[in-house]
Order: sequence, then C-alpha cells, then structure tokens
Amino acid sequence: MQDEPTPTELIKAVADFLRTEIAPAIKGHNGFKLRVGINALDLVTRQLALAEAGDATEAARLKALLGADGTLMELNRALSEKIANGEVDLRTPGLPEHLWQTTMDKLAVDQPNYASYKRELGK
Amino acid sequence: MIETELSRCVAAFHPGATGVTGAAKLSGGASQETWTFDIVHPNGNIGAILRRAPPGYGAAPGRAAGLDAEATLMQLAHDAGLPSPKVMHVLRPEDGLGRGFIMARVEGETIARKILRDEEFAKARPILARQLGRVIAGIHGLPQAKLPKLRGLTATKEIEDLSREYHSFNWPRPVFELALRWLRDHDPGPSSEVTLVHGDFRHGNLIIGPDGVRAVLDWELAHFGDPMEDLGWICVNSWRFGEIDKPVGGFGTREDLFAGYAEAGRKADPDRVMFWEVMGTLRWGVMCCGMMQRFRAGPDHSMERAMIGRRASETEIDLLRLLAPRA
Repeated sequence: MQDEPTPTELIKAVADFLRTEIAPAIKGHNGFKLRVGINALDLVTRQLALAEAGDATEAARLKALLGADGTLMELNRALSEKIANGEVDLRTPGLPEHLWQTTMDKLAVDQPNYASYKRELGK
Repeated sequence: MIETELSRCVAAFHPGATGVTGAAKLSGGASQETWTFDIVHPNGNIGAILRRAPPGYGAAPGRAAGLDAEATLMQLAHDAGLPSPKVMHVLRPEDGLGRGFIMARVEGETIARKILRDEEFAKARPILARQLGRVIAGIHGLPQAKLPKLRGLTATKEIEDLSREYHSFNWPRPVFELALRWLRDHDPGPSSEVTLVHGDFRHGNLIIGPDGVRAVLDWELAHFGDPMEDLGWICVNSWRFGEIDKPVGGFGTREDLFAGYAEAGRKADPDRVMFWEVMGTLRWGVMCCGMMQRFRAGPDHSMERAMIGRRASETEIDLLRLLAPRA
C-alpha cells in the first residue's frame, strides 16, 4: 500500500502553487505555456477523480448495446465497426444516449468549461 | 543574423531602403517561419513581414499550396481590392533567405478572444459576418486564368482523406465513425461550380481592426473545390470561442454571412454549407488527434500539442449537437 498524500493531493498542491505564486510573475509566451501546464495538471486530477466510474458505466452500456464482453478498447472498436458498416445507427435503441453520456463524461474530464458542454449540462 | 540578409534583400527591391531593424520571429515550425521587421527608409520606416521556408527546406508538404502560390494568391487578392497585404518581394535564390516572400505588415488583431470581447472591437463585431461574406465571395471570384496551380478537392475525397487519417491513429471513436457515416450518406456530390477555396478562413488568419476586417492571411491550404467549404469552415463551433449562439466566428449570423456573399453577386447554398460545417468539425477533431500523435512521436515533447489532443472531445460533443441534438 502506498502512503499518503494521494496523487490527487500532490498534483493539486503543485497546481495551486504554480497558479497563485508563479503564474502572476511569468509574462509572455512562457506565461501562456505555464497556464497550459496548470490546465494539464487540473485535467489529470479530474481524470483521477472521475475516470474509474465513467469507464465502468461506459463498459456496462457497451456490453448491453453489443451483447458482447471485452475490454473498453475492444468494445469501442466493435461499436465503431458496427456504426461504420451501418449495423447500428441513431435509430438503434440506446445508441444516442450512450454516445451522449460517454461524450459528456469525457468533457467533464477534458474541458468542463467548454461552452457546448455547459449548455448540454443544463438540459 | 537574419537582419544581414534582409538588409541586403530590401536594398535590392525597395529604392532608398538603407537596412532593416527589429527583426523578430513571430511563429515557426521546422519548415515554415514568419518574421516581423521594419524596413529603414529616410522617409520613415515601413512595417514588413517575411514568410519563408528557411534554406534547405524544399517543396511544401502534403496539402500545402507552396509559398510561391501563396504569394501569387495574396497579390491577386490585393489587386482585386480585397483586404490582403501587398506582396513587396518574392525571394530569389541570391537573397540567401530560402523560399518565400516579403509583404507589407497590416496592423490589427488576430486573437479571437480579444476580437470577441475587447471594447476596441465592439463596433466591428456586428458588421464582420456580412463583411466576411463579401470578402469570401471576392476570393471565390478571383480571375481563374491568373490563379496558380493548386490541388483539387471534392467532398468525397475529403471524406476519404479524413477517414484514412483517423483510422491511421488506431484509436476507436464511435462519434467520429457516426460523423463519417453521416458525411458519406449526405455527400452532395461535386459542386456545380468549382472555384478557388481559401481553405482556412477563420479566426487567427484574419486581421481585424476596430473598423472590421483588414487582411486575410495564410493561404497555405488554398485549393480548387466547392466554394461552400469556406462558408462552412468559418461556422465550425471550434472558432466561436464560447459565443456558441453566433455561428460565424462567435460574432455573427449565417444570414448576415450569406447576405454579404449575395451582395458580392454570389449565392450561398445553406444545405451545402451545413454539410461542410459537419465536415469541418470532424476535420478539426482529426487534427486534434494528429497533434496528440505528433506530441508522442516528435522530439520536442510539446505540452501544448499534448493538451490539444484532449480537445478532440470538444468536436465530439459538437458533432452530436449537429447530428443527434437532444430536446
């Protein structure tokens, strides 16, 4: 068993230090790159918090849709093939809901401030 | 020092020029660079931009029109009265600067967030969509006989190119598959009219002032094809920067864009424009995935490229909003 603090706590501490102490002092292109770096650390903490539950529900939906078992990668590959060859489409029960939920769960990690995501969250 | 070569070069094409000052690189990958500098002249300095492939870099890769073609297109646009910088000089081998050209520097803003939010541009925003409609029509109407040799592109070919590139990443994305399937099912076929297409008409490539558009830049992706492609690309949600209810660049309506296009004597086809908007959304998504690949394969380990890879999901939600909207 690994000791405390957790990876999330460590990354948060570093990101907060960079945000409050360092970022105000850095100008120009390096300031821009620093903000990108802080955004990356924030993304990682969101992924650590959200990905496990998101992946589990995505896998459950995929298994129900496909009537098959496998890893997330295998299941997504199988669904992609079925969409490509027209075996399933937006009229297939559960497919639009699955694509929407999977995409919303990705945005919650990748870009929770993206305007389209915030608009759809309100629906 | 690039100023030495530039000084020699400007003296040869600009009478009275005594040298250059303030040369600074604005952007640059390995094969293409943009520099800003001032030409020193007794009557006052003149702002200039150098766009070049440094010595040792030859033909343009893949889709690029090539710097000679870019220079020709910019000059043609300038001559036609479109907002385009004057091309001052096309580089010759004896200039020792590589391939490319020098153009007049146009003052203004290219950063979308400033254009969409700063008070300075408050008067420009409501008129931009219509203005840009007229400009795009002007580009599509440039005299065919004078245009350089460029690649041709159809919707069918673009779908296949995107499909091939996406599948080369070997990372399944059901939403991209849905979009590819939709595009194949809705491919409108060859355009009845084939024109010059700018190919990257959007924020970042437009210099905007308080009075509106001042210059169209970056003709790297120019080609012959369906003129509706340019109208669809500028409506892609990725270029709205949060202003998602204003489809044209986050500042205007499709109706204004089409009205401007009509004022310049051309007719927009809203269905084809929407088709190209879906294509453009997928195209930017595939480009984001490509950035991820280059981050992983490239030597520079760029954090920005890595993070752009995580923006592919933005195009997935936009594709779903277009193709499978929820109540």
